[in-house]
Amino acid sequence: MSTAPAPRLTRPRVGLLALALVATVIAFDAVRSGLPDPFRTPPPVALGSGAAPDGAHCTAP
Amino acid sequence: MQRGRIGLFITGLGLVVAVTLAAGPRAGLLVALGLGFGLVLEGLRFGFAGPWRQLIAERDGRGLNAQLLAIGLAAAVSFPLLAAAPGELMGAHAPVGTGMILGAFVFGAAMQLVMGCGSGTLVNAGSGNLIGLVALVGFIAGSFLGTLHLGFWLGLGSLPVISAQGFAGAQGGLWLTLAALVAVAALIAFRSAPGKRLPQRRLLWAAALIAVLAVLNLVVAGQPWGIVYGLGLWGAKLAQAGGADVAATAFWAAQGNAARLDASILTDVTSLTNIGLIAGAFLVMRWRADPGAPVAPLAWRGWAGVLVAGLVLGYSARMAFGCNVGAFFSGISTGSLHGWVWFAAALAGSVVGLKLRPLVLVPAGGGQRGAAA
Repeated sequence: MSTAPAPRLTRPRVGLLALALVATVIAFDAVRSGLPDPFRTPPPVALGSGAAPDGAHCTAP
Repeated sequence: MQRGRIGLFITGLGLVVAVTLAAGPRAGLLVALGLGFGLVLEGLRFGFAGPWRQLIAERDGRGLNAQLLAIGLAAAVSFPLLAAAPGELMGAHAPVGTGMILGAFVFGAAMQLVMGCGSGTLVNAGSGNLIGLVALVGFIAGSFLGTLHLGFWLGLGSLPVISAQGFAGAQGGLWLTLAALVAVAALIAFRSAPGKRLPQRRLLWAAALIAVLAVLNLVVAGQPWGIVYGLGLWGAKLAQAGGADVAATAFWAAQGNAARLDASILTDVTSLTNIGLIAGAFLVMRWRADPGAPVAPLAWRGWAGVLVAGLVLGYSARMAFGCNVGAFFSGISTGSLHGWVWFAAALAGSVVGLKLRPLVLVPAGGGQRGAAA
């Protein structure tokens, strides 16, 4: 049976790879969608803001 | 060591500040909450898939009862909040249907194959577990593919959304939910081996902290804690970057989803908490004097199996209207019947997944694997 190479991937290295994956997604997205306008952001906290929630959730069809 | 830990603290703080400057204070708070989830889940070793395996394989109900405690604590605060501010906060309510039940069953099986659920996969990847990282890549792809076929699964038939609040009012619904949680916890304790019935102090602390973070997530975001939507959005954006016309598909053409697709992921609630969660798990791993041994190597067939299982994990979570977090934890703690049905179906799926685990996690050099996690 063929096997994968012996792992030199220590936990810190794999953790860094995970962070790199996230950074790649953010970078791709920043190039395509741009960064948000920091002067047009929602109130810090939804409760008491008077605004309806507009985020998307896993339960949304 | 001390200097390194100060560096880790500054790194976490820097992430929150950077996101706040880039996307506003709410985004910063959500990343901070995600960091909190990562710190608690990895730091106190509070998981979902592992305790389910322990219940099934070892009659150890402590971990699952800690999960039910966390859900009950979150429900005790979330129900009154949702009743007091219905225009500002929303629950994790979804319909029970054929596709949803099938998805939850498959998710339960797949999470035992990759040894991590929705949150567990993120924690595992961030804390340096290669199986978790490979599964995460599959999860992102799968949760995006699931959005492309959601209409088909919904078409198999579903009930209207049923909630505890709709059935018995806000107060009655809360008592109904708490009574059901106590009944299930008692049943689990009764079926568990002696000495493995009540959660240890570590798990009690973790349950309380997770409940606090989940309520804060609801207060800040206006919606409960979730995982899957953000990962599906990441997949959609990557597919779009690769040239796919994602915006033309039914799911991503819908008003709210189209807005998310156009906007930065730094404005998406679940993406922000997911980013924080992965970073939090990484910080805990680096904080420890010994980050732990890497996972034992798998055969190529084993790695391919993990990737496919991760893909199935993401796809089935989309079918099931959430994973262990969005459906099970947030669904039940905000009164949705689909959370309870998800729990039953995924637990049954976990039984099957544990039987399949040795066939998928093929270690390098042959032999058997499957007792871990």
